[in-house]
Amino acid sequence: MNAFLLNINGAVRKVEADPAMPLIYVLRNRLGLMGAKLGCGLEQCGACAVIADGERVLSCVRTVSEFEGRAITTIEGLAEEGELNPVQRAFLDAGAAQCGYCTSGMVIALTAYLEAEEHPDRRGALEALEGHLCRCGAHADVLRAVDRLLADGA
Amino acid sequence: MAPNPSLLNNPALDDWLTFGADETVTVRSGKVDIGQRISTATALLAADELDVDPGRVRVARVETGLSPDEGLTVGSQSMAQTGNAVRQAAATARRHLLARAACVLGVDVATLEVEDGEIRSHATNRRTSYWELAADGPFGIDVDPDAPLKPRTALRHVGTAALARGLEDIVRGRPHFLHDMSLPGMLHARLVRPPHYHALLVGLNEAVVDRLGAEGIEVVRDGSFLAVAAADEYAAVRASGRLGAAASWELGDGIFSGDVYEGLRGNEKVSLPVIDGTPAEAPVAPLEGPPADAAVTLEARYERPYQMHASMGPSTAMATFDDGRLTVVTHSQGIYFLRLALADALGMESEAIHVRHAPGAGCYGHNGADDAAFDAAIVARALPGAPVLLKWSREEEHAWEPYGSCASMDLRASLDGHGRIAAWSHETYSDTYSMRPHPGPDGTGAARLLSARFLAEPLEPHVPGPALGRHVGIHRNLDPLYDLPEKRLVKHLVRDMPLRVSALRSLGAYANVFAIESFMDELAAKAGSDPVSFRLRHLSDPRGRAVIEAAAERLDPAGTDCPQGRGRGLGFAQYKNSETYAAVIMEVSVGDRGEIRLERCAIAADAGEVVDRAGLAAQLEGGVVQAASWTLHEAVTFDRDGITSRDWDSYPILGFDNVPVFETVLIDPGRAPFLGAGEATAGPAAAAIANAVCAATGLRLRQIPFTPESVRAAALQS
Ligand code: FES
Ligand code: FES
Repeated sequence: MNAFLLNINGAVRKVEADPAMPLIYVLRNRLGLMGAKLGCGLEQCGACAVIADGERVLSCVRTVSEFEGRAITTIEGLAEEGELNPVQRAFLDAGAAQCGYCTSGMVIALTAYLEAEEHPDRRGALEALEGHLCRCGAHADVLRAVDRLLADGA
Repeated sequence: MAPNPSLLNNPALDDWLTFGADETVTVRSGKVDIGQRISTATALLAADELDVDPGRVRVARVETGLSPDEGLTVGSQSMAQTGNAVRQAAATARRHLLARAACVLGVDVATLEVEDGEIRSHATNRRTSYWELAADGPFGIDVDPDAPLKPRTALRHVGTAALARGLEDIVRGRPHFLHDMSLPGMLHARLVRPPHYHALLVGLNEAVVDRLGAEGIEVVRDGSFLAVAAADEYAAVRASGRLGAAASWELGDGIFSGDVYEGLRGNEKVSLPVIDGTPAEAPVAPLEGPPADAAVTLEARYERPYQMHASMGPSTAMATFDDGRLTVVTHSQGIYFLRLALADALGMESEAIHVRHAPGAGCYGHNGADDAAFDAAIVARALPGAPVLLKWSREEEHAWEPYGSCASMDLRASLDGHGRIAAWSHETYSDTYSMRPHPGPDGTGAARLLSARFLAEPLEPHVPGPALGRHVGIHRNLDPLYDLPEKRLVKHLVRDMPLRVSALRSLGAYANVFAIESFMDELAAKAGSDPVSFRLRHLSDPRGRAVIEAAAERLDPAGTDCPQGRGRGLGFAQYKNSETYAAVIMEVSVGDRGEIRLERCAIAADAGEVVDRAGLAAQLEGGVVQAASWTLHEAVTFDRDGITSRDWDSYPILGFDNVPVFETVLIDPGRAPFLGAGEATAGPAAAAIANAVCAATGLRLRQIPFTPESVRAAALQS
């Protein structure tokens, strides 16, 4: 076990963990942040995505040690003072989930994209969703949420 | 209308509705919310019938002992059973409470008005409320299945597009799933599964077991069942890898890995004629020659491989064994059946087992949920006192869930000189779809739980007989809705097939409708007719005609507005010939390398009275997307040594790069029984794609999946 200082959702948190431990286990089991989901543990499905230094990063293989010194945002950190961020709002309004297991990863991916991109468009949003799998077939509603976001100039 | 089994089995009003002192209404139902938004729909129904704000309506979690026993959440019956029961319960409660209010207020009941639960009368300035009246105690009456409902025009919430319940927690990342549960003293458990179904554990390096023990990791072994448990989840993950490497297995003959379609033809089978959607225990009539007036006779064989549920979250369960009692939290779609199966498998009384539902990842079928519950129970029993949260790995989910069976369909039909179908034969060869842990008279529920076969005292996997109900299993939607003068329909339940199977969304309907609706297009072409008129010529059911016409109005399969190089195809069915009517029209293009692109999709559906518009559309569109994934990409692969589809690379599914633009039309017939919708579009979607590819390229694809390789192979043969 080593001690790590992680910057998560704007706060510095100290955790004890096996250095080989993928970040997602730290988030879920050490910090109680259950928003990122373990879907495959193989970097194939997108369910575990978080934002690190503004970039969407999968958290199921990369180890906690790789995240020291980076600013990590999880889905729990997106709302400000309880206000949903635009992507969360659009997902809620568009009903863009069925079971919702895939949702957290998609919300993260689109948030990272919209924050990084000055002129977001549908194509870019689709690329941001690449690698985010959904089994329930909520795709059409997710894309409606995307269209709403783009129309609102998010 | 047939009586609602949910009310027959659970008549007491108090089982369905309670009014809380905090001015809320709690609805209890036995159907679990698996993403089909049944809790959203039932809340809307109760709110409207009672005249309370939907925000006051709580939908209780589903658990044994408290929730009405509504059997399984399957077959698209949530609305017809739960929706109807909750609505009638609310109407009964309203009538009962208003009669009491009239007494208390000393006014005529006809003068009463309810607003958000408050009851007033213009005849007095006194008022009361549901909650005041209900504080007197339980109703003590039965739900009146005929209690008059409010007129449709007086409904405020039913028929709108409501916000989905629970979704806010999900977008905020709050704990919502069973996977997110965390209890004091909880252990995380992981499995070590054998290489395949028939392998047995013959050796375990005890030094490794000792080392794990010294690190505080528990090893649980029962026959060939192996698991580890640790306080830390990641420690359990690593330990399962180490224990797996320390195990040796007797592999036996492995899995029979010949051609599955040959197996479907050649293996022993039970063959039954299907009459009016129902198998008859009678000999199968031989296939006669074409009728005398046949101008053309056409034959075709269609095939569908093994396909998986492939839920995004691996199956999981929480179990605690304490003082002879077992508590299980599960994402099973049938908690009461699971309780009985667990009781049998563990040699316990079912009263000593409490099962409750918590959300898992969606699958719309029988995935590993029940099996994981048994796995967790085995581990918990070995480690009494500690709550055990057991999760399967991605590999285990892919390799061990019960798949949707492969199927092969032989169709033959003759057209008369007027382009009408004069004779029709359809035989489907497939394996069972009913391996959920139903208790059964002989305790077969236990034998359907995966790990039962691996225990030191194993149970042989159950081999079910043919399902004999109307439109179930292999013969679901085998009987087309069209007006056909002569039909010969046969189901073949094939034995000794290699892979473990059970209920995948829509069961046999996906394969049967794919075959029927592809064949209808092949016949239409022979008859020199277009797909829409050919179907309408054979369809008198007005609601069926209406959905086909409505879809074709949005995206005409024969339309001259179809862009160059693209093709449109139609698929239609009424699910189980008694549920939702759905027409799906897909517009596709086919790339140079044979890749099929889904461009546009029109759906028209009549699901009876619409309650939650958004939820209904999501079910219909989601059904198309899932079926499109099966149809374009999916086939479980395996060899002698085991399943080789073990992750998302070796079993790819449809992604965001190939989602059509949807236009979905909901035909609302007004006050009409709710019709199950969740599985209605799967079969039509598959046929719509096949027909669209044919319209675009002239290639007729009859074997799913339509991978680029299979498109290229078909092009070479044409
Ligand atoms: S869990 Fe990380 S990509 Fe699937
Ligand atoms: S909503 Fe269930 S996996 Fe996407």
